[in-house]
Amino acid sequence: MIRFDNVSKTYPKQPRPALNDLSLEIERGEFVFLVGASGSGKSTFLRLVLREERSSNGAVHVLGKDLGRLSNWKVPPLRRQIGTVFQDFRLLPNKTVGQNVAFALEVIGKPTGVIRKTVPEVLDLVGLSGKQNRMPNELSGGEQQRVAIARAFVNRPKVLIADEPTGNLDPQTSVGIMKLLDRINRTGTTVLMSTHDQAIVDQMRRRVLELSEGNLVRDQQRGVYGYGQ
Amino acid sequence: MRARFVFSEIGVGLRRNLTMTFAVVVSVALALALAGASLLVREQVSSMKGYWYDKVQVSIYLCNKGDQGCDSEVTAQQKAQIKSDLDKLAVVEKVYYESSAQAYDHYRQQFKDSPLLDQITPSQMQQSFRVKLKDPKQFAVIKDAFQGRPGVQSVQDQRDTLDALFRLLNAMTVAAMAVMAVMVVVAVLLIVNTVRVSAFSRRRETGIMRLVGASSFYIQMPFVLEAAIAGFIGSVLACGMIGAGQWLLIDKTLRPSVPLINFLGWGDIMKIFPLVIVFGVLMSAVSAFITLRKYLRV
Repeated sequence: MIRFDNVSKTYPKQPRPALNDLSLEIERGEFVFLVGASGSGKSTFLRLVLREERSSNGAVHVLGKDLGRLSNWKVPPLRRQIGTVFQDFRLLPNKTVGQNVAFALEVIGKPTGVIRKTVPEVLDLVGLSGKQNRMPNELSGGEQQRVAIARAFVNRPKVLIADEPTGNLDPQTSVGIMKLLDRINRTGTTVLMSTHDQAIVDQMRRRVLELSEGNLVRDQQRGVYGYGQ
Repeated sequence: MRARFVFSEIGVGLRRNLTMTFAVVVSVALALALAGASLLVREQVSSMKGYWYDKVQVSIYLCNKGDQGCDSEVTAQQKAQIKSDLDKLAVVEKVYYESSAQAYDHYRQQFKDSPLLDQITPSQMQQSFRVKLKDPKQFAVIKDAFQGRPGVQSVQDQRDTLDALFRLLNAMTVAAMAVMAVMVVVAVLLIVNTVRVSAFSRRRETGIMRLVGASSFYIQMPFVLEAAIAGFIGSVLACGMIGAGQWLLIDKTLRPSVPLINFLGWGDIMKIFPLVIVFGVLMSAVSAFITLRKYLRV
């Protein structure tokens, strides 16, 4: 699914590489936590997978494509197979819940019939049935994140990337979101989630990748957040 | 579906930037009205040139009694000599003789409203030979041969008078072109700014579009079409201004008062409209597209 071969990323005017010689592989259907302090390279890692950045050295393979050799016009088709969720939800405030989810399909040119059928299904899946016509600001943070997840998942991507999806939510709500991500993972979608939330990582017992100052310092199956626990 | 989505996006964009869009429309309209007008003036000049150079002649004015530079009235013998000499010249295509009476009639026709008309008698009008040349530029040959000959008062090339007018019109065209160039630059800068503001105010939407894998074409099209629509409205306004100019200036004012000139008709004006519109739309769309490459990372 995702393979890094000796990947380094150096930003211009920065002496220290954001990522330093990373090699790893994530298989289809895995659930992977990406942990580490702020500035450890988590965001750069995710940006490389989304091909928002290109690696300075080494090759990034996603869904069988070498992103270093992928021409610009082939990036959108790649991104259609990757769903993305953020800490700050990134919903459109002037569109209803249903319209927000439909937007993701409209802009890739899906026919109206498909949209009408798919949107309620996915809202049902994330536990928001009946809230299709609400505006985002009428919803709680957890519900807004569910809308964002619905939008990321509506096109049935093969990979779901979540960048600190529970960062703005209280622990109880976070648990609900994690259950939802777990359920999505069980449908066969690979989930890659960066987080600072120790409790969640410890509870889920999934694979953990830990980054520190751009180096991969730990790759542990059924891991926990910190060392020696 | 696609079309409906794109058009609703455009509607939102245009309304959100109403003042900027208005500025774009006005500057495009002014730039293109000037461009169209100067094109038309050039066409007018060249059609007048074609028409008049064909008609203009070299006039050899013959002496009347008491004319400046003349000893006495031209004699019949002198006239016959001039006529036969003209016929011998290779550059001459045709020679007409205009008597005083004919000159008087022509004068009456051209200046029928002039108060001077009553004071002029046929005998005051000059007799002349009107010479049509095969090549109008060969005027010097005639002038050398007949200037200063007894019985000839003066040799005049009518082109001189026309050329002064054409020079004036050409200078006006150049001036209009210069102003137009500045206006086009202003319009393009305004479009660049408008698109930039528009892209910035919709960065949420475009950001999400990027993430879910919308193609760059799909992301950029609303912005490009927005500019193209503003350009289209501007160029239609420009056509309106050109049409109004034709109606007020030519049809209402110049054509009735200056019957000698064959002014451009509505057919010529209409021919320029598609050109103006295509240029307006392309100019806006292309500058929007280039701006987006810089401000809308895909």
